[in-house]
Parts: sequence; C-alpha cells; structure tokens
Amino acid sequence: MDAVLTNFANGDILAITWRPLLAGLAQTMLLSLLVIPLGAIAGLLIAALFVVSAGLARVLLMVWIDFFRAFPPLVLLIYLYFGAPLLGYEISAYAAIAVSFTLNTSSYFAEIFRAGIEGVPRGQWHAARATGMSWLQSFFVIVLPQGTRAVLPDLLSNIITITQLTALASVVSVPELLHTAQLAQATSYNVTPIIAAAVIYLALLWPLVRLMSHLDARRYSTKLSAAATQRRRRQETADE
Amino acid sequence: MPIVYKPEYTMAALLKLDNVSKTFGDREVLHGVSLEVAPKEVVFLVGPSGSGKSTLLRFCNLLEHPSSGAVLFEGADILKQKNVNALRQSVGMVFQSFNLYPHMTALWNVAIALRLVQRKSAREAREIAHHFLAEVGLAHRGSAYPAELSGGQQQRVAIARALALKPKLMLFDEPTSALDPELVGSVLDVIRKMRHEGMTMLIVSHEMQFAREAADKVVFLDQGRVVEAGAPAALFGNPQQQRTIEFLSRFSLAGSHG
Repeated sequence: MDAVLTNFANGDILAITWRPLLAGLAQTMLLSLLVIPLGAIAGLLIAALFVVSAGLARVLLMVWIDFFRAFPPLVLLIYLYFGAPLLGYEISAYAAIAVSFTLNTSSYFAEIFRAGIEGVPRGQWHAARATGMSWLQSFFVIVLPQGTRAVLPDLLSNIITITQLTALASVVSVPELLHTAQLAQATSYNVTPIIAAAVIYLALLWPLVRLMSHLDARRYSTKLSAAATQRRRRQETADE
Repeated sequence: MPIVYKPEYTMAALLKLDNVSKTFGDREVLHGVSLEVAPKEVVFLVGPSGSGKSTLLRFCNLLEHPSSGAVLFEGADILKQKNVNALRQSVGMVFQSFNLYPHMTALWNVAIALRLVQRKSAREAREIAHHFLAEVGLAHRGSAYPAELSGGQQQRVAIARALALKPKLMLFDEPTSALDPELVGSVLDVIRKMRHEGMTMLIVSHEMQFAREAADKVVFLDQGRVVEAGAPAALFGNPQQQRTIEFLSRFSLAGSHG
C-alpha cells in the first residue's frame, strides 16, 4: 500500500509540482479559450454559408466539412508545425494549434449549427422577412437563437471535446496540463503528477458533463412539456 | 337608375397582379392570373387546396417571385424594385401557422421589426407594440410567450405584429385554418374591425360565411386560374361556372360562425 501511495499519490512530489501543474492548467484553459471561440465563429460562418448556398458551392462546403471532421487533428497539427518549416515558413506552436484545431473543430461546430438552423421552421424566416427584416437580421435575431437553443447540448459536448483535444498541444511542446505533467513525471520518476493532471481534468470537465446531461434531459422532456402547453392553451380558451 | 358603387372601377388599384404565372420545376401552378385590389377594398381568394392561392398571395410581398407577369403596388412594378424590405413594411402578412417568434414575448414579437427595421427607440417600439396589442384585445398579454397563448391569441399577436408597421395592404394566408373552431371568432372580429377602419386586405380563406359577410370582391381560383370573380352576393348567390358551383356546394353556407 505504501508503495502505491509513494508512486501514485506522493505528497512530497505533489508539493513541488503543484505550481507548474496549475500553470499547465492555465495554459490548457488559455488554449481552450483561444480555440473554442475561433472554432465556433468559423463554424457558424460555414453553417450560414451552407444554409444560403446551393448546387456546387453546397457540395464543396460539405466536402470541406467532411474532410476536416475525418482528418485527425493531431496529424494536422504535426503536418502544420513540422511541415511548414520545410516549405520555408516558420510557424509558432500556438499558430499551428490555432489553425489545425480551428479547421477541425469549426467543421464540427458547423454541422451542429447547421442542424440547429435547419431545424427552425421556414415560417420563422417568412415571418421575419415579411416584416422587412434583412436576411442577416432574420438570421441573427430570429433563427439563430432558436436553432442554437435546440442544439445547446451538442455545442457543449463539442466544447468538452475541444478542451480534451488541447492535450494534443503537448506534441508541439506547449506547456499545457498534460505536457507539464509528463515533464514533472520524467524529472521526478514518479506518476503522481500524471494522476494529479487527471484529477484536474476531471474537476474541470465534470461540471460541464453534468450540465450537458441536464440539458439533454430537458431536450427530451420537451415533448412532455409540449403536451402540457396544449393543455394550458385549452384552459385559456375560456379567456377568448 | 341608382349609381352602383364599385370601388374596383372607380379608384386606381393599390395592388395589381398582371398576368402572373408560376412554375415549380416543370409544374405550372399559376397560369396567367390577373387581379386588382383597390384602396380600402377587401378581396377574398377562395378555392380548393393546391389552386395556387397562397402562392399568389406570396407574390404580393415577394416571399415568392412569379415566373412571369407583373406585380404592381401603388402603380410601381415591385419585381423591379431594389428595396424589397421597404415594400414589405407597406405590405403586412399574417400566416396560417401564426409564425410567432417563440423566444420572444408577445410584446417583442410586435416590437422587434419596429426596432430593427424602422429603427425606433426601444421605448417607442414598446409603446407602439403595446398600442397594437391593445387594438387586438391583448393589452394584458404583452409579457406572455407564444407558447403561453391560445391559438386565437397567437394569431391576434401576429396581426398586431403586421399592423404595427402601418402597412397599406394586409395579406392573410388562411388566418383561421389552424384554429380550433371556438377560437376563430376572436380573429375574425379583429379582421372585421380592420375592415371597418378602412384597411385594404387580400384574404385567402375557407371561411365562406365570413367571405360572404366581409368581402367586397371574391375571387374563385381553381387549378391556377381565376374561374370566376365578383361581389360576394353574386358569386355565392348565383355562381355562373360549374366548377364554382361544385366547390361552393362543399360548404354549408347556412353554417353558423363568422
């Protein structure tokens, strides 16, 4: 038992590695805060283009989305970071991460937004346009809020995935949480920092996973609440 | 000999559809339809489903474009007009399925276009919205979301939403078809009131009793063509075409509501 504690939950090791681990956590969060908005905005743009496009443009967008969803982001990152210098371009680790992760995650975001937007009844567009709203006003004020609400659990799921994805940044030596933990492990010959990193990841993502489940449960209960609305409407008939 | 007042002949048309056709793929749904609506006139479009009534209505605010023909509003061809959004403020539309914005309160359903399209201040937009909600008898439901309103109330909010932009013409696409029978009356009352106040209206409806009562002119459309048009008393009382007779026989005009 002592051996287990010494190797996996060593207080002395933790005492000297908690500071770098927290710095690693800060880097992980920083990367997430960089990549999530970039991916979401690019994804929304792609989804909007998809909605207005037709014919060949639509096919090309679909190919783009499919390609970057299928292409492993780690491979993309390695190609960019280690391949670009061979072509004469120096690229920073952060830029390589931003570009490769945005290409990957924006394609997932695009699919989620597209599903949400296309799920909004056409009548909403008609009503908005019939009152003189422009396409952009109708999209951002009327359609997108409804479409986003419908796919909130999927958006959150994607955000969780992206946060986990940032661990890939360790291969280009960005001192995020996993990379820091690996360094600490290598220098201390002890697994404790890796265990600590796992605990930190859990603490960071568990609340989000809970929230996602909560939203999902709410989504599947809307059918029930629709029935309740029907009942309420009938009651209010007396008000007419 | 008394002078018979016929608004469609004595006034310049507010809206004029001139020989409009519509083709979806290789299926022509409208074949050269012409139609005029004079100011303050209430015109009903009636006919079986698939006769092209709704498509015709959608030409008038360019939610749909005719394949050929012209649509004149106040004498100008709207198909050549650059600013469609300006036209749409002059032409209000009410839909069969209400199409209220579910994420906004009744008040903001009415106020949002005032704010975004007519650029009024939030305060002014709310005041105007409140005024028009009161006009349709819903002053007290402004803070309710559409899901909290009955169908009749939702449709009245939708009418207020269109009226708030001060349109010169109102289009109704089967405004009572999605309503429970007992809720139809409240919506028809609002339309009656608008008629009384002189609103020009083009109404697609299956409420024959109401058409008979409220229409200045009834246009019977079948298979994309105008079969017969005229004053309601003539069209309902003494239809000339066999197809009109067949269609009208499906409705019991002795029905009670309207």
